[in-house]
Amino acid sequence: MGKEIFYFLIFPGLLFSAVIGGFLSWVDRKITARVQFRKGPPLLQPLYDFLKLLLKETIIPVRGSVFTFLVSPVLALFGATISAVFILLPLFHIETGFAGDLIVVIYLLNIPSLTYIIGAAASGNPLASVGASREMKMILSYEVPLLLVIVSVIIKAGMTISLTEIIAAQAAGGAFIGSISGVIAFLVAIFCIQAKLALVPFDIPEAEGEICDGVAIEYSGSSLALIKLTKYIMLFIVPSFVVLLLLGGFSFKGIDILWSVLKLLVIILLLTLIRNTNPRVKIDQAMKFFWIWMNLLAVIAVVLSILGL
Amino acid sequence: MGLKEKIFKKSLWLFHLSAGSCNNCDIEILDCLTPRFDVERFGMKLVGSVRHADVLLITGIVTRKTKPRVLEIYEQAPKPIVVVAVGACPITGGIFAEGYNFAGPLDKVIPVDVYIPGCPPKPEAILAGIVKFLNK
Repeated sequence: MGKEIFYFLIFPGLLFSAVIGGFLSWVDRKITARVQFRKGPPLLQPLYDFLKLLLKETIIPVRGSVFTFLVSPVLALFGATISAVFILLPLFHIETGFAGDLIVVIYLLNIPSLTYIIGAAASGNPLASVGASREMKMILSYEVPLLLVIVSVIIKAGMTISLTEIIAAQAAGGAFIGSISGVIAFLVAIFCIQAKLALVPFDIPEAEGEICDGVAIEYSGSSLALIKLTKYIMLFIVPSFVVLLLLGGFSFKGIDILWSVLKLLVIILLLTLIRNTNPRVKIDQAMKFFWIWMNLLAVIAVVLSILGL
Repeated sequence: MGLKEKIFKKSLWLFHLSAGSCNNCDIEILDCLTPRFDVERFGMKLVGSVRHADVLLITGIVTRKTKPRVLEIYEQAPKPIVVVAVGACPITGGIFAEGYNFAGPLDKVIPVDVYIPGCPPKPEAILAGIVKFLNK
């Protein structure tokens, strides 16, 4: 029991992933600043943002449902933390003996988005409900190609749904990105996690210019701090999930540590560069992009991996 | 300066409200966010919703039409909030002080923390005002 609580609260769970995620969000902002020839925020900026939000007043909207409104950020944080535990334990080679964790992770990674929808719908703000509806459409768009990528990974790993065995299969036969189907799957996965993290070409649910942060519009103070913390954690674990599925996971023997960190940073760099070089698309364009092109590529990846390429 | 105040000043999120301005000060505020002046190095960023704001940047004379809106925005903002009057208009009324539509300078409507005069103030002047506030 004590070990599980330690896993959840300290090491791969809340504290660790929040610290790393905050650092990665600083990396993201710093790269953005450097791309625009700016100086960028200081290193501790995510920490300052989080602490400042904790100290501010929390306003509860008159026309909202108070309980649902306040509980949904907490649930989002729970979902992100539990999925962090499930993804990071196999990545750090801690044996759990749980065979079907890939399926659980697929479900758990959706909890933050779903709770944003619930919280936005409970806030009683018209712009928030527009954001909630867009978030729902985005989930419907990116989820199918992501699932197809995971199917292709399962086929390549020899029909296993255990994350530990997927890592072991890649350690034995080379990372899955080394094949043609792996490259295609990686491409699809990058776009899907861009949408999952709501970064710029697909930040339609929280478009700042048109619907004023959309799903988060009514949140202030500590509940907004929890949403920020969830975003930090998601920025860490969703790229780590792709590292696990396609890039062979982390390794901690000697110089391999640097290599592992580099894998994560390269994915963050890719996401940030996509974010900085693209304008926001409309919701119908995003759905068309995922449903036609990304699904097509993902199906090709699945077929190629069945053929063993 | 306590720890709370220090953290607050390290991460100021700006909300920009035009209370009947001629749009010059608004453009100068947007200039501060460009790569040349880059207020993000002080941890500031522009937010879309007043619920996330720590600083209200108010430009323009407060007209009779916008006075209730300014009051409502101020009440909707989570406290503590810093109110910055940007430009000559919210401070004194500027060249519109004799106008029929003038509903008093901003500090008669809501409490103001920082005054940045100028018509319009240069981005350097806005940054200088903000840095003076940060060092206060």
